[in-house]
Amino acid sequence: MNILYDERVDGPLPAIDKAQLLHALQARLPDLDILHREEELRPYECDGLSAYRTTPMLVVLPERVEQVQTLLKVCHERGVPVVARGAGTGLSGGALPLEKGVLLVMARFNRILHIDPAGRFARVQPGVRNLAISQAAAPYDLYYAPDPSSQIACSIGGNVAENAGGVHCLKYGLTVHNLLKVDILTVEGERMVLGSDALDTPGFDLLALFTGSEGMLGVITEVTVKLLPKPQVARVLLAAFDSVEKAGRAVGDIIAEGIIPGGLEMMDNLAIRAAEDFIHAGYPVDAEAILLCELDGVEADVHQDCDRVRAVLEKAGATEVRQARDEAERVRFWAGRKNAFPAVGRLSPDYYCMDGTIPRRELPGVLKGICALSEEYGLRVANVFHAGDGNMHPLILFDANQPGELDRAEALGGKILELCVKVGGSITGEHGVGREKINQMCAQFNSDELTLFHAVKAAFDPSGMLNPGKNIPTLHRCAEFGAMHVHMGKLPFPELERF
Amino acid sequence: MAAERQLHTSAQDRDASDVLLEQVNQAIQDGLPLRIQGANSKAFLGREVAGEVLDTRIHRGIVTYDPTELVITARAGTPLSELNAALARAGQMLPCEPPTFSDGGVGDATVGGMIAAGLSGPRRPWSGSVRDFVLGTRVITGLGKHLKFGGEVMKNVAGYDLSRLMAGSFGCLGVITEVSLKVLPKPRLCTSIALEMDSARALARLAQWGQQPLPISAASHDGRVLRLRFEGGEGSVAAAHDRLGGESIDPVYWRALNEHQLDFFTDGRPLWRLSLPTNTAVLDLPGDQLIDWGGAQRWLKTSACGNEIRAIVSAVGGHATCYSHGLDDTPFQPLATPLLRYHRQLKAQLDPHGVFNPGRMYAEI
Repeated sequence: MNILYDERVDGPLPAIDKAQLLHALQARLPDLDILHREEELRPYECDGLSAYRTTPMLVVLPERVEQVQTLLKVCHERGVPVVARGAGTGLSGGALPLEKGVLLVMARFNRILHIDPAGRFARVQPGVRNLAISQAAAPYDLYYAPDPSSQIACSIGGNVAENAGGVHCLKYGLTVHNLLKVDILTVEGERMVLGSDALDTPGFDLLALFTGSEGMLGVITEVTVKLLPKPQVARVLLAAFDSVEKAGRAVGDIIAEGIIPGGLEMMDNLAIRAAEDFIHAGYPVDAEAILLCELDGVEADVHQDCDRVRAVLEKAGATEVRQARDEAERVRFWAGRKNAFPAVGRLSPDYYCMDGTIPRRELPGVLKGICALSEEYGLRVANVFHAGDGNMHPLILFDANQPGELDRAEALGGKILELCVKVGGSITGEHGVGREKINQMCAQFNSDELTLFHAVKAAFDPSGMLNPGKNIPTLHRCAEFGAMHVHMGKLPFPELERF
Repeated sequence: MAAERQLHTSAQDRDASDVLLEQVNQAIQDGLPLRIQGANSKAFLGREVAGEVLDTRIHRGIVTYDPTELVITARAGTPLSELNAALARAGQMLPCEPPTFSDGGVGDATVGGMIAAGLSGPRRPWSGSVRDFVLGTRVITGLGKHLKFGGEVMKNVAGYDLSRLMAGSFGCLGVITEVSLKVLPKPRLCTSIALEMDSARALARLAQWGQQPLPISAASHDGRVLRLRFEGGEGSVAAAHDRLGGESIDPVYWRALNEHQLDFFTDGRPLWRLSLPTNTAVLDLPGDQLIDWGGAQRWLKTSACGNEIRAIVSAVGGHATCYSHGLDDTPFQPLATPLLRYHRQLKAQLDPHGVFNPGRMYAEI
């Protein structure tokens, strides 16, 4: 079922006269950069989910909060939908534009406003890159903990909008756990501060509600993040296993030992081979699964924990356990994992990255299920897994130039997510719903739950002008998806294109 | 799994969600407000609510607990002491150390009340708050439905984060019936020390130590003595103790601080809680202060009026809550205009009939 905005099921959007809107914006905001020609708009037609593209009506590139404020006021007066975008690295189409909407690009808000080492926080504009915060804090031996794989490019505003994760979440939490304060503009262009410089604020926890709300409730104009002291040392162990079940059990054994690793990652054979071919990280290519276990903290503790984990891994049946001998080897072990996506991308013209989460104990069953689905749909799947926190990233390999393969990849992906929901997990751990998983939301939530989500939206944006169509499906869409779903795999008229 | 379940069940366990749902639906139908309560151990916080009591304690019991998943799920009426005991048996804990303000007996604080009040103990600046450990909830909504949000997984960004919104909402947005929490292993070692120094020096040292990877997990100052707790592996705890020196103290201090059982709290004057930016200097306020959370939370015993306290605290980016019941009609610091408007709109959307604890946090919601 089409995931591009479909007014029939996603709700009608107001008809806007582009020339009139452009004229009005130019009159009210003479110094605002506005892109309106086809060739200027084209680079903004998608975010990190590049299989889906829509050319926005207009793109605006403000540099000052007052400009954003006026823009929102003008759009609100005229009933124009606004889609906010950071660096455009999101993988769920959360910043996918609308033909009948304005794309609000916040990338020029790229200044670090203040680093406070004694207060251990950084106040930054939303377009600042995730990694740039840690770089700016490095002279004080502090850093910003959440580290999504895209951290060299993704912006902190986008991280807040998506509640971004990374490979260190089990120990250090998600974006929501590392924020103090977010300044936002409401749909009407009114300024509001959520959270504070203190550790809590009076009233409802709107900071938690806005984190991960995918630009549906307000536009982020400033972010204050917590900084942590850099761990004194980090050590990585690499363990090879001859079955994914054993590797999965070993993860539980490490936790049972009372150890919380800084990072705990698993890769299956296809992912191992791809990464090794690409990065030459020194991975054992004949292993069915590897675990990367990073222990960080104070040297004496880390040293002891390494010994403990090694013993656990050996007892769990690891065929080989290696500790990175030096920092260079540690970085190389991680490079293989952090480049697993592009590495898998070399095996196939296209790949589709999934983001389901599951209770860890369900891993063997879910991997078996994925394997069966992979055969059924005739597409290879490589598995990369944030094993510590149960977040799976199956990568579906396909060739978009082969008729029907994208559809098959999408259908397979949908099945994998439904499997995650069935075992008590979620359709998205850190990439967000966006447009990509809008249909699978109907599998995870019933109509009463979706109705409550729409009520939350209505409290902040009653006319639905902020990022319409993302995150929460309409009941109409779910009804249609549900009806189609019954026949999934045996769709009527299989020769018809379904995007 | 079956064995795990066996281990944590008690004779009083009962799924009474249908009873609670029926009571909510009756209230919606009659348009009569409810006063949601567990053990009522935190009745002193917030404003008076006129309404029929909805007692969550009939709905109790640990639903699932698998220590290797680091997740526990319990019904709202489960005594917090029962939850903590189950975790302790597996060598785990709720790191946010919620205070119970109860004796662990009949009037024992409940899991639901802990979430609704959202109060955290001495470890909070280093471990995170109650809200930070919430993974999922079941909630009876203002439309009379029993719904599930979030889940039992560490990462879940599907839909809006209603579970964490429930933490600290004092029952004003719905009845929390069940909650899934992230838990962690207990630290291998724990040592507490006392160092004599004045407040200004203590705050300066804490700011300096905060930038270093020290295993501090609690820091309090009473005007004369700085008390620190170190938690971690044997190596880091011993090294921190060696480096900072000081007298070893009984760790029971932290419980007494958390539960307001220190002599400081017995003073007859009203009690205020100040929540402040981490690096706030010594605050000159009438009355006596006790510093907790490494400076980010300060307790104030004073006869000064709320406006005076709040003017000083707001000026440094903090807020003040009145812990002496009935003293102030706005025990929680008043909200800025746009924030209050959105609070009202959210309340109107999620509790359209106004049945859940009306006025408990603010007169307008």
